[in-house]
Amino acid sequence: MEVNVEARRILAVSISKLYASRSQRGGLRLHRSLLLSMVMRSARDIYHSSRESELASGEQPAAEEPMDTNCDPKEKARLAPEPADSSADMAPEVPDKDESDCDVAEDKENHSPTKQSRKRRGKASAAPDFLPSKRARLEPGEELVALHGASSSLDSLLTFVCFWCEIPLFCEITYLTFQAAFTFFVW
Amino acid sequence: MEEESDTRKINNSFLRDHNYATEADIISTVEFNSTGELLATGDKGGRVVVFQREQESKSQPHRRGEYNVYSTFQSHEPEFDYLKSLEIEEKINKIKWLPQQNAAYFLLSTNDKTVKLWKISERDKRPEGYNLKDEDGRIRDPSTITSLRVPVLQPMDLMVEATARRIFSNAHTYHINSISVNSDLQTFISTDDLRVNLWNLEITDRSFNIVDIKPANMEELTEVITSAEFHPQQCHTFAYSSSKGSIRLCDMRLAALCDKHCKYFEEPEDPATRSFFSEIISSISDVKFSHNGRYLMTRDYLTVKVWDLQMENKPVETYQVHDYLRGKLCSLYENDCIFDKFECVWNGSDSVIMTGSYNNFFRMFDRNTKRDVTLEASRENSKPRAILKPRKVCVGGKRRKDEISVDSLDFSKKILHTTWHPHENIIAVAATNNLYIFQDKVN
Repeated sequence: MEVNVEARRILAVSISKLYASRSQRGGLRLHRSLLLSMVMRSARDIYHSSRESELASGEQPAAEEPMDTNCDPKEKARLAPEPADSSADMAPEVPDKDESDCDVAEDKENHSPTKQSRKRRGKASAAPDFLPSKRARLEPGEELVALHGASSSLDSLLTFVCFWCEIPLFCEITYLTFQAAFTFFVW
Repeated sequence: MEEESDTRKINNSFLRDHNYATEADIISTVEFNSTGELLATGDKGGRVVVFQREQESKSQPHRRGEYNVYSTFQSHEPEFDYLKSLEIEEKINKIKWLPQQNAAYFLLSTNDKTVKLWKISERDKRPEGYNLKDEDGRIRDPSTITSLRVPVLQPMDLMVEATARRIFSNAHTYHINSISVNSDLQTFISTDDLRVNLWNLEITDRSFNIVDIKPANMEELTEVITSAEFHPQQCHTFAYSSSKGSIRLCDMRLAALCDKHCKYFEEPEDPATRSFFSEIISSISDVKFSHNGRYLMTRDYLTVKVWDLQMENKPVETYQVHDYLRGKLCSLYENDCIFDKFECVWNGSDSVIMTGSYNNFFRMFDRNTKRDVTLEASRENSKPRAILKPRKVCVGGKRRKDEISVDSLDFSKKILHTTWHPHENIIAVAATNNLYIFQDKVN
């Protein structure tokens, strides 16, 4: 569905903007971050409702694969300043789970042993530990001292978009990824 | 005197000839003072340049007073917040003049965190004939001093000096977006994303917080304050606009904390125009009271609205600035243009309103005749004394000869800041790093 594709594209653009705004002079702009999160929320809601109607009508989203190749090169290009090593530095469970999911689309440098999807899902639906409130440390080598835990949660968020595209959606998971985005506002 | 005019000439030609866009030279605010004699501009590099209108000479009555550089000073420097590891930009967000009360001029300038009161004064005399030092400042040998003399004030070349008289700092956690001087001329407000603070011009070490919309849990944040302004006559009334497209009018006499508004102006959203970007384009970027104090004007991304203070449920007038962009919101979102904050301004008699657009276009709307015009601020069209030709954007279908199509618009050339002389038809328009001053046709 076109709306579906559009929603995901806007989401990818929004996340990259949110990410880029961390490194701009003057720090995070609250107003801009708020507007970005509102757009992301709209995109998520529209994606949700279109997916629900798709699943309800029994269609399989066969358009997933082409979408990955579309969104990820963009993300990779935008992620270029943030090297792959920072995602490798993340807590063991999260990158393994995410990287291997996105093996097809994500950075080929980060090789992790492919795991069973069942296992990963179980982990994902448990309380995700990339949320800042559960993390007490910043990543080593992380130069951008932004908000507490914000860097790791954003990296998770970005990889989660790929994850999201690859595998049938869990509503809870997407809700939690957006929670991560909103915790940027904890000053 | 010659040197001074040379400097002025160099400054003028600098403004005229330099086409490269050094980021520090990008003009971030323009403001006429209350008489229109002075025009101040602030830029991204933290500098303030003040222009003064030439006295109209009797010998050339047809030549209206032109604006020349009067003073240039560095208002704000880049700073570093060590606690948050954040750089504080030196960009001047707003300048507001204080009405003149003596020979000196005073203005308030602000960056993201600090407001400063600047005094701009002239010095055209200096004392000469000191006893202990000679004219160069060197100490005189006491043995050569044989007589006592009284220093005398001698005329000198005009020197304009700017000194920071007050620094109002450390009161804002978020980025300051506006300042407004009260009509009582003793207080002013500074506004950031979540709070409005009231200051006394004489006291720098404390301010009163009069509006605080920060939620207990930041994850519940839904709107921020985008601009605030005092009523032009009522010193107890001020208005602030929000990112949700609403305006609140508050009365400071009711309570110390003005979280409860007196009036709430909001137009219900038209569900037909709902899109991903509805929230962004309804966010108000500027709010201005009319000079007579009866109306409010707000600017959101696509429209300018005039509100009657007596009517809260909808604006009395809505003007489309560039509705042809409605279908392009997605690409404007991608290139960040949708976040641009345009300002709007009234003319002296509140009969015409003006705001900027892209491609260095700016628009004027006559409230009485309902006519509007699109003009362009560009070098090619702005030879001195040339009359500006109205421009038109073609929205599809056949493009006429002088029209420009929507796809040819240059979105990097935007006019965000404009100001109108308080009494005459003189406008100043900032186009990136260039300042254009246009005057009404001389009859």
